[in-house]
Amino acid sequence: MSIILQNIFSTEFVYMWIRVVTPILLPALGGAICNRAGVVNLGLEGIMLLSALAGVLGSAFGGGLLAGLAAGLGTALLVSLVFAYFHLNLKADATICGTAINTLASGFTVLLLFTITGEKGTSASLKSFSFSTVNIPLVEDIPVIGKILSGHNLMTYVALLAVVAVWFLLYKMPLGLRIRSVGENPNAASSVGVNVRRTRYIAILLCGALTGLGGMYMSMGYLGMFTREMVAGRGFIALAAAAMGQSTPIGVFLSSMLFAFFDGMSNTLQLLALPSQFIDMLPYLATIGGLTAYSIQRARKAKRRLAE
Amino acid sequence: MPGTEILRMEHIRKVYSNGVVANSDITFAVNHGEIHALSGENGAGKTTLMKMLFGEEQPTRGDIYINGEKTVIASPTAAIRMGIGMVHQHFMLVPSLTVIENMILGMEPRKGLIIDQKLAERQVAEISEKYNLIVPPHAKVQDLTVGQKQKVEILKALLHGAKIMILDEPTAVLTPQETRELFHELKILRDSGYTIIFISHKLNEVRELCDRITIIRRGQTMGVYDVKDVDEEEISHLMVGRDVALHLEKKPAHQGEAAIEVEGLTVRNIIGQKKLDGISFRAMRGEVFGVAGVEGNGQTELVEALSRNMDFHGGSIRILGKDISGMSIRQLRAQKVSHIPEDRMTTGIAGALSITENAMADKSYNPEFCGKGTLLRKKNIKAYGQKMVERYHIFCKDLDVAISSLSGGNIQKVVLARELSSDPEVIIADQPTRGVDVGATEFIRKELLRLRDEGKCVFLVSSDLNELLGLADRLIVLCGGKIAAYFPDTTAITEDDVGQYMLGLDRQSEQEIAEVTK
Repeated sequence: MSIILQNIFSTEFVYMWIRVVTPILLPALGGAICNRAGVVNLGLEGIMLLSALAGVLGSAFGGGLLAGLAAGLGTALLVSLVFAYFHLNLKADATICGTAINTLASGFTVLLLFTITGEKGTSASLKSFSFSTVNIPLVEDIPVIGKILSGHNLMTYVALLAVVAVWFLLYKMPLGLRIRSVGENPNAASSVGVNVRRTRYIAILLCGALTGLGGMYMSMGYLGMFTREMVAGRGFIALAAAAMGQSTPIGVFLSSMLFAFFDGMSNTLQLLALPSQFIDMLPYLATIGGLTAYSIQRARKAKRRLAE
Repeated sequence: MPGTEILRMEHIRKVYSNGVVANSDITFAVNHGEIHALSGENGAGKTTLMKMLFGEEQPTRGDIYINGEKTVIASPTAAIRMGIGMVHQHFMLVPSLTVIENMILGMEPRKGLIIDQKLAERQVAEISEKYNLIVPPHAKVQDLTVGQKQKVEILKALLHGAKIMILDEPTAVLTPQETRELFHELKILRDSGYTIIFISHKLNEVRELCDRITIIRRGQTMGVYDVKDVDEEEISHLMVGRDVALHLEKKPAHQGEAAIEVEGLTVRNIIGQKKLDGISFRAMRGEVFGVAGVEGNGQTELVEALSRNMDFHGGSIRILGKDISGMSIRQLRAQKVSHIPEDRMTTGIAGALSITENAMADKSYNPEFCGKGTLLRKKNIKAYGQKMVERYHIFCKDLDVAISSLSGGNIQKVVLARELSSDPEVIIADQPTRGVDVGATEFIRKELLRLRDEGKCVFLVSSDLNELLGLADRLIVLCGGKIAAYFPDTTAITEDDVGQYMLGLDRQSEQEIAEVTK
């Protein structure tokens, strides 16, 4: 036990905590924007997986990081556009559209990987690029804090900045006001001339971009290559984090940190002689536990209001 | 220019895609700077006409002129641009946003990338001071009272540049004080040059507020009058097409034992406000027990509690001697309690199902219709549907058509067929004739009286005072979730007597009200 505690209270653990929150936080912020606009985007997982592969392929064949970034983002936006078109124009159920994206992604990525590399497991044979790590001047020299905050992958800082950016968008910009109104009372929004469909398109595309960055971080930061099913449920955890954070940027950040904590824990616990399957289960168990606790607390609150 | 015509809708006809003729030929003209009432019965076509004016629907035929110029109003956005503002009956507000945010939505003042908060605040403050419509600008709309929300709607329309303002039955949700305040504000607006269209069928309000009145009936204009030149009887005659006091042949009531006993009933809404505040009464067999009140004063909650569609938070309800708390709806219905719900389209029927299926929906576990509980016995069901259509004079092409294709009156008859065919002892009827045509209304009322004469208890909630006074033997008035008055004999009273209690202008003493529990 003491080994675990020692590990958790080490700078290495906190550093890792921030590292593993990145691929949860980015899609969770995207999901929050969608929720706010009244769209449940279940396809985060699939978008992440597709852009993870697209990023690797783009950088490998385009000969650079920028090409990879363009390919990954482009893929995420394209898939989001398809989702938006089916859901908003053809009025297809969002759950089905999202599930279709996820199912498609898990098969299509393996097919593409196999067609290009001849392997079904990883893109190890390709020479792809990763986002670089950033050492923050001055901060890196501060003891403890420097070790925790400096030296992360570029995408990790992007994720942290995205919290602020999404907050700014939702609460300071006209678009944010429209997104919030469209999600809560579309009739009210359209009665004053807000184009509900266009606003939702924008929300879905913004979500796609953030989710795509999260996906690329997986294959171009977290790992240096693509492996099949490498997103491993992070898209769904992100959805849970968005819901638990009530789709506010700060709330989403905090709940993403909570889920990431257990993700980090599972890395640490591997030091113990526990079955690896059990350890792998922990982040997801935490997700269910977190959501349950959150629901119970919300139901209690509602009840208390009634009893007064 | 005051006095000149600002708006004219000429020979408007509107046929909906399902063949319903909502407006057959309406001409409606409004002068600059007046408050013009648009009156008519439910279903006369008022709302449809206004939807066309606000660009939400397009007329099938006829033209709209604004300031003498022929125009097509393609969408609400276009209407707003032309200076038409609408205050909907169901507010078009976003609850979690602040008053300011709601008002600037769609036309946010910008400073670079962001919303110019200061300018927004100033705009809102200016307009709200100018017309003396004071609302806390930083409060969230969900925390406002209904009256304040309505103010936000009016302010929003003003801020969006409305010159012609449509108010759709704005007083239906207001308390009398709020109504007075609203009228005062509307008069200020009129005197500042705004034109107001006031949709209402409350004649006393029209009298108090409006300059002219256009009356429509069954999609046609019945006439335009200066309000000071006509009296209320004439107006109501024009609205309904015959003398209003529809007096049904009613035998004297033979009250039996108590059927519904309510003690100190308290119901709260989702945010904890008391919608019913400790009310007590007893309704008997062999009578029609009426409940009057301005909409939103607890009637809905009372019916929901009695029919087990909602839990109550204090007091007790006994129906036919049994405590109903903890009963499921099915258990309650097994006690021979039936419920004609207020909102027939969402609660009363399943729109996509057929007439037969809707009529037997509560009997699906009856052995006659489902043998041993696994498979439906189609033959019996069909025969039953056929019987219901004949018995309740439901007008339809085919028993298998989706019920939503029927007219409102026929849909209500299907609901009636389902609820009354299981031989109920207690009938909870909530707005049974709302939006139903005259013929079906008469049929429904007669059915209710027949059941009463057979010794059943009919519990009738209605916003139609005329109906209540015609049907009910005894009557309570709900105001603010409390019983404001009790009338042991409805033959001795007039609408005005009831009205003052509905509006909260008056309140009987506790002793008088307590009589209702005896």
